[in-house]
Amino acid sequence: MTHAGRALRGRAGEALPALAFLLTVLVVWEVTVRALDVAPYLVPAPSRVWDAFLETRGVLPGHIRTTMTEALAGLFIACASGVGIAGLLAASVPSRRALYPLLVISQNIPMVVLAPLLAVWFGFGIMPKVLIVALIGFFPIVVSTTDGLLRADRDLVELARSLGAGRWQVLRTILIPSAVPAFFAGLQISAAYAVLGAVIGEWVGASSGLGLFIARSQRAFRVDQVFVAVIVIAAVSIALFAAVHLLARLAMPWQHAGRERTERGV
Amino acid sequence: MQETPAIDVRGVSLTYVGPPPVAALTGASLQVERGQFASLVGPSGCGKSTLLRVLAGLARPDEGWADLQGQDAVGVTALAAYMPQRDLLLPWRRALGNAVLGAELAGVPRADAEVQARGLMARFGLEGFERAWPGQLSGGMRQRLALLRTFLAPREVLLLDEPFGALDALTRREMQEWLQEVWRQDGRTVLLVTHDIDEAITLSDTVFVMSGRPGRIVRRVDVDLPRPRAALDSTSVRFSELKAEVLEALTAVR
Repeated sequence: MTHAGRALRGRAGEALPALAFLLTVLVVWEVTVRALDVAPYLVPAPSRVWDAFLETRGVLPGHIRTTMTEALAGLFIACASGVGIAGLLAASVPSRRALYPLLVISQNIPMVVLAPLLAVWFGFGIMPKVLIVALIGFFPIVVSTTDGLLRADRDLVELARSLGAGRWQVLRTILIPSAVPAFFAGLQISAAYAVLGAVIGEWVGASSGLGLFIARSQRAFRVDQVFVAVIVIAAVSIALFAAVHLLARLAMPWQHAGRERTERGV
Repeated sequence: MQETPAIDVRGVSLTYVGPPPVAALTGASLQVERGQFASLVGPSGCGKSTLLRVLAGLARPDEGWADLQGQDAVGVTALAAYMPQRDLLLPWRRALGNAVLGAELAGVPRADAEVQARGLMARFGLEGFERAWPGQLSGGMRQRLALLRTFLAPREVLLLDEPFGALDALTRREMQEWLQEVWRQDGRTVLLVTHDIDEAITLSDTVFVMSGRPGRIVRRVDVDLPRPRAALDSTSVRFSELKAEVLEALTAVR
């Protein structure tokens, strides 16, 4: 049996308890709702949520596309601005002192306050949602990447210098590669919140997107559809998170290379 | 006219600013001729590594001067190929990429450096591991890869700081024999820091003995054993005499 095969079977085995638990919850939920005859506009049974999904599956892909576009565009802006600011912060102590407090303050503006304002300024298009995602997402990337740049092994920097590296060569050969794992750690946090940010923006006012779908469903007391949206949002978030994870693996192949040490020679 | 020595250190003193200030070197002097293999032995913490860092241009002495091939080396990097104690391989570069780092930073085109590195992989016992990540290599292989990186830097002087310090005794002996062979074919000047007297005598033309901190050179022992030297030579009478001379110098100054 191959390594990969064993690993896959191991993964499936690990997921088994979680799946069994989820199934139990669903069964108990269904039985309870039916037995107590709970109104569907309060708590819909899983079977009713499923029906709502079948009913809305025609319109869902459009909403998903909108939300995903906003999340990805926002993340892209977050990465570009985050890495740039991180470079600036890592370069000098005065810039750290000047900018860090502002960055922390930027993270403390409540999104429920900012989202309606952005909608007023930029309208019902995707622009305000992209900005919300970028605003939420750039902070973890800045903090993490700055840390990665500052924590580069001093001995490696010295080695490069002793071999004749100038400032830019040290940056290119040592500092930037050193910060890559930290950058991805930050990006993973940002990715986990990106879809949520887009949904909040849409919920306040939009012409398309999962947030809009939730707002409409709520107004129509279609709690079953709200549940569908929540599940779809979770699935989209997980997909995005997994994509970033995959990207990190591709960017850092050395971290996942076989750890087995060679036996040949000394 | 006398030839300029490859390494010329005169009266180097260096105190690390505290707190508390630590005097690492005081009036250390040594000369190594071109193409010679020299070792620096001394008690731990005596400033051996500091002296190497001065020559590598990474530490600035308070007094004295250090020349490499007649050029002032104080505060000037890249005049010699320096190999620090830790192997310091870049985890994000494959073996071949690590091997060419020194050459690349010295301005050798990457493709040329890779051709040269590929040709040397076998001699450094790394054939077939060109595409391995450093994390996949054994301790001995990592050390040889770091040595290959040092050898590929286009410099006439090699400064090696305890290259085999972290290896087990058996591997260490194999590596010493191997290094002797590589150096004999290469012919560059080497200054090796070690705390292993046998290693110093086996490999060197000259052994410099340092005093305890603050360090200075207290004895120069010329090793007149014929080359190539095998492991068994360390049991010869002459070897024992030389070892006694080094040991005596070491104990006298403590």
